[in-house]
Amino acid sequence: MRTATKVRDWLPGFLLVLPSVIVVGIFVYWLIVQNVLTSLDRTVTRATKRVTNPGGVENYTNLLGDDGYQHALFNLLVLTVVFVAGTMVFGLLWAVLLEKGVNAEGVFRSVYLLPMAISFIAAGIVWRWLLSPGKGEQAVGLNQLLAMMGLERFQSSWWQSPNTLSMAAMAIPAIWQLSGYVMALFLAGFRGISDDQREAARIDGATERQIYRHVLFPQLSPIALSALIIIGHMSMKMFDLIYAIAGQNSYKASVPATLMWTQMFQQNNPTAAAANATILLVLVALVVVPYLIYTNKTEKETRG
Amino acid sequence: MTTATAQTAPVAPGTDALGAHVSTGKAPGTEGTALGRTLRYALLILFVILILIPLYVLFVTSFKRSGDVNASQAWTFPSAWSIAGWRAAWDSLSPALFRSVILATSVAVLSASLGSLNGFVFAKWRFPGATTIFTLFLFGMFIPYQAVMIPLQGMLLDVQGTPGFSWFDGIAKLIAVHVIFGIPICTLIFRNYYATALPNEILEAAKVDGAGMLRTFRSIVLPISAPGFVVTMIWQFTSAWNDFLFALFLTNRNTGPVTYALNELAGGQNPDYPSIMAGVLLASLPTLLVYILLGRYFIGGLMSGSVK
Repeated sequence: MRTATKVRDWLPGFLLVLPSVIVVGIFVYWLIVQNVLTSLDRTVTRATKRVTNPGGVENYTNLLGDDGYQHALFNLLVLTVVFVAGTMVFGLLWAVLLEKGVNAEGVFRSVYLLPMAISFIAAGIVWRWLLSPGKGEQAVGLNQLLAMMGLERFQSSWWQSPNTLSMAAMAIPAIWQLSGYVMALFLAGFRGISDDQREAARIDGATERQIYRHVLFPQLSPIALSALIIIGHMSMKMFDLIYAIAGQNSYKASVPATLMWTQMFQQNNPTAAAANATILLVLVALVVVPYLIYTNKTEKETRG
Repeated sequence: MTTATAQTAPVAPGTDALGAHVSTGKAPGTEGTALGRTLRYALLILFVILILIPLYVLFVTSFKRSGDVNASQAWTFPSAWSIAGWRAAWDSLSPALFRSVILATSVAVLSASLGSLNGFVFAKWRFPGATTIFTLFLFGMFIPYQAVMIPLQGMLLDVQGTPGFSWFDGIAKLIAVHVIFGIPICTLIFRNYYATALPNEILEAAKVDGAGMLRTFRSIVLPISAPGFVVTMIWQFTSAWNDFLFALFLTNRNTGPVTYALNELAGGQNPDYPSIMAGVLLASLPTLLVYILLGRYFIGGLMSGSVK
């Protein structure tokens, strides 16, 4: 009867979470399957019998070969690289400036984190104005501020510049919103390192710079990895901010997440939108799944 | 996650999520040379100014009169302070603001209750396969919602079309969606909290006394759950309040939350900047207040978002 008592031990717990398990199963995993099935549909326009989606894997090869989609993917790459690099640089810099404790540390920290309390859509509306493209006489927003400070030569058309890398400008508001978050992660990391280690290094004659390089930074690498994954996957999902800044149908600033909206509501092509969304899921999974496995493993190891 | 998970548990009241400065016998800010110190403060203040630029624009523009917002005065204080923009923003946003209040508070309460039950089981009342299911939960936290949006939209419309379910629209839909997609993060926050805050000995003692799971939960677990509830509720309140993607796909201008209405207000052909900027502030006020008043717990939630 050993197994029976064991079942009686864990069964209540299982029953308690069962509703959540079922709901997550349906709304996450079952809907992902449904979305994949939709993406494989064959569709024909009713009036002209023109084939809009040939069906099957060809839907995906068509999408991947599409200029608009490739443009969106390239934009996403530019955005992600600048966004990740920017938040890491500012986040780490602020954490280093604050980690030893300064007067009014709480005030600085609160201000650096403040943008996170604002929705992407609200922030996007302000940044749409700040990143207005007009220069010279027509300058408004940031360009006007630059002119007032005598820095006209730094004026830019931002994300609307006729430049293939213009999407980098879209990372500015994103960096503004999330650098504080990366700072908080790093700051917590610094605070987790005991002062004894610093003291010991100092006694051994290490300079401050050497202490950072050889004692502190190496211990922050798991946190840097977390920050990288979190910001990276946020960038891939980024929709609200771009939608608010560039408008709902901008080709110039399109990324897969905004293109999906266009496919769905402007082109009335849910099949292509579903294929796009599936590829986006795969991209995010490629980043997140190894991370979850790695995290699981290190957690087990530390628990012994 | 070794290092980050250590920070994922909600902080106990009275402590600092990022840890107070460990005293080395010196007052804060006295380390290093005078030059280094000055440079550090100069940089810190420079970044404060840079971060506050968009908020400054919001603030001064919202108090201008519509005619006042020509380009040459965009960065100056209003020549005459006016609340016309705020009034116009309130008129166009207030119905949606009320809907968002209902949405965000319902989501916060429901999600936290569910999260506390789930978190308790995953931390202390484990069953075979719990680790696998928990990992599957975690993945659900990271998915791009675009990957479920199309079938989700269809499914929820089907529910709404079922006789007797016509009320299932707008905010009701969004409440359901946010509670469901919030299950992973809320479970995670409570699991990590209970893992450290609930000593196994007490649970063992309760078991010896013959208390069942629900009894144990009610009389031992719930009374110590306040910090977990605060962090989870703030997190879910903010997520539901700030969400735009679900709102855009699942609601319309008559049933949507404030983010939807704000986007409509800002999207007109002839933008009236004072009312748009006042609208942005109005729509951000609740989350800003939560952040200012309960910042410590807000940060606690952020940290748990990092698994992780």
